[in-house]
Amino acid sequence: MIRKFASVVLLLILGYAFYSLVAGFVPDGELNRSAAYYAENTARETGAQNIVTAIIVTYRGLDTLGEVTVLFLTAAIVAQVLSHSRAPAGTRGSGFLPAGELLETGTRLLVPLILLFGVYVFVNGHLTPGGGFQGGAILASAMLLLLLADPMRRFSHRLIAKVESISGLTYVALGVMGLVLAGGFLDNRILPLGQFGALFSAGAIPLIYSLIGLKVGAEFSSMLESLEETEDR
Amino acid sequence: MITIAMTTGFVLILIGLYGALTNTNILRMIVSFTIASTGVNVVLVSVGYMPGRTAPILDDAVPVGSATTSIIDPIPQALVLTAIVIGLGVTALMLAYAYRLFRIRQTLDISKIVELKW
Amino acid sequence: MSNIPFVMALLLAVAMIAAALVAVRATATVGAVLAAGLVSLFASVMFLLLAAPDVAMTEAAIGSGLTTFLFFFVMGRIRREGGGND
Repeated sequence: MIRKFASVVLLLILGYAFYSLVAGFVPDGELNRSAAYYAENTARETGAQNIVTAIIVTYRGLDTLGEVTVLFLTAAIVAQVLSHSRAPAGTRGSGFLPAGELLETGTRLLVPLILLFGVYVFVNGHLTPGGGFQGGAILASAMLLLLLADPMRRFSHRLIAKVESISGLTYVALGVMGLVLAGGFLDNRILPLGQFGALFSAGAIPLIYSLIGLKVGAEFSSMLESLEETEDR
Repeated sequence: MITIAMTTGFVLILIGLYGALTNTNILRMIVSFTIASTGVNVVLVSVGYMPGRTAPILDDAVPVGSATTSIIDPIPQALVLTAIVIGLGVTALMLAYAYRLFRIRQTLDISKIVELKW
Repeated sequence: MSNIPFVMALLLAVAMIAAALVAVRATATVGAVLAAGLVSLFASVMFLLLAAPDVAMTEAAIGSGLTTFLFFFVMGRIRREGGGND
């Protein structure tokens, strides 16, 4: 009981702090300096329509590289932790019953469409909302549908690992090319900026975001798969 | 609008922390943490919102020249996008360790795991 | 005219808080996981109202889609091995 009381007191203190934050909040009338810089110069410097994409891929590209590395480490640790906990015999798989015919047929129809949509989302990341992370999650959800339709299905770990490492290496190589050919690490002006608003524009941004999409999709797929399967290899 | 979103975010953080502090089932604690992290994301995005402005995408509706006066702050959005993706990684890691704990102790109730309690 | 987003935000706020309370207090873990997914889904609509379509897409795909299934996979494994009835 005293534990519950202590946590309620703690939450009341936190709630008071949050209340004073909300009460004292005055929304900005205009953009602050860094935001105004991005708003003015994104189109000229990067050629991307979507400013959020320009920030993620170019202005804060090193952050994104670190983020993708963190995801890679997470996928690796999840696989390692789960592979050390061998399931007792006869209790393999996640316990889902085999799917019905409806789900299997629907999967066959939907998986190519979902993969296509994921690719569309990350190829158009510099023009429309969306990008590598969203597209990667959509690719992983196609894998999720396959896993649901056939719980016994096993993907090729080698394929997933290969996609992931090749796209990661190409990402770093593109960054180093920016260091050599343009203004700095992960600079997108190694390719011509092209016409503003076209699909092949904004320098290397579509290329880099597609690589991020493939890498994130592979990482999420391997996470899902290692949480789903109990079998060790 | 901003006040509503921000208050909702803070309330979600409080609910999530309450759940994490009072539940003893480890899966329920992880669920509470995901709710708290959703709340943090709502608060961050609402800080960047400005009434009467549109999303930071420069298309026909938002010409490049008038961008500074018609879009909202893009930086919190970029940060929150990162935070959501990392949040999934953190959740997956917590779930993997919770499963490992279950395999070793055959229980999900953390009040039954007392070796390190003092 | 400008009232419609306001009312929607209010409704979403109420729905999110209610779903979060369900997620924290529900008796069944399955219900709690589903309610947490619902919180994420409402949050993604809230992001759309806050003029953040990128964040809304990410939250809908990752926060409410993949996270929920990670929970279900782990719960399925635990149930298979005879536990987690509480």
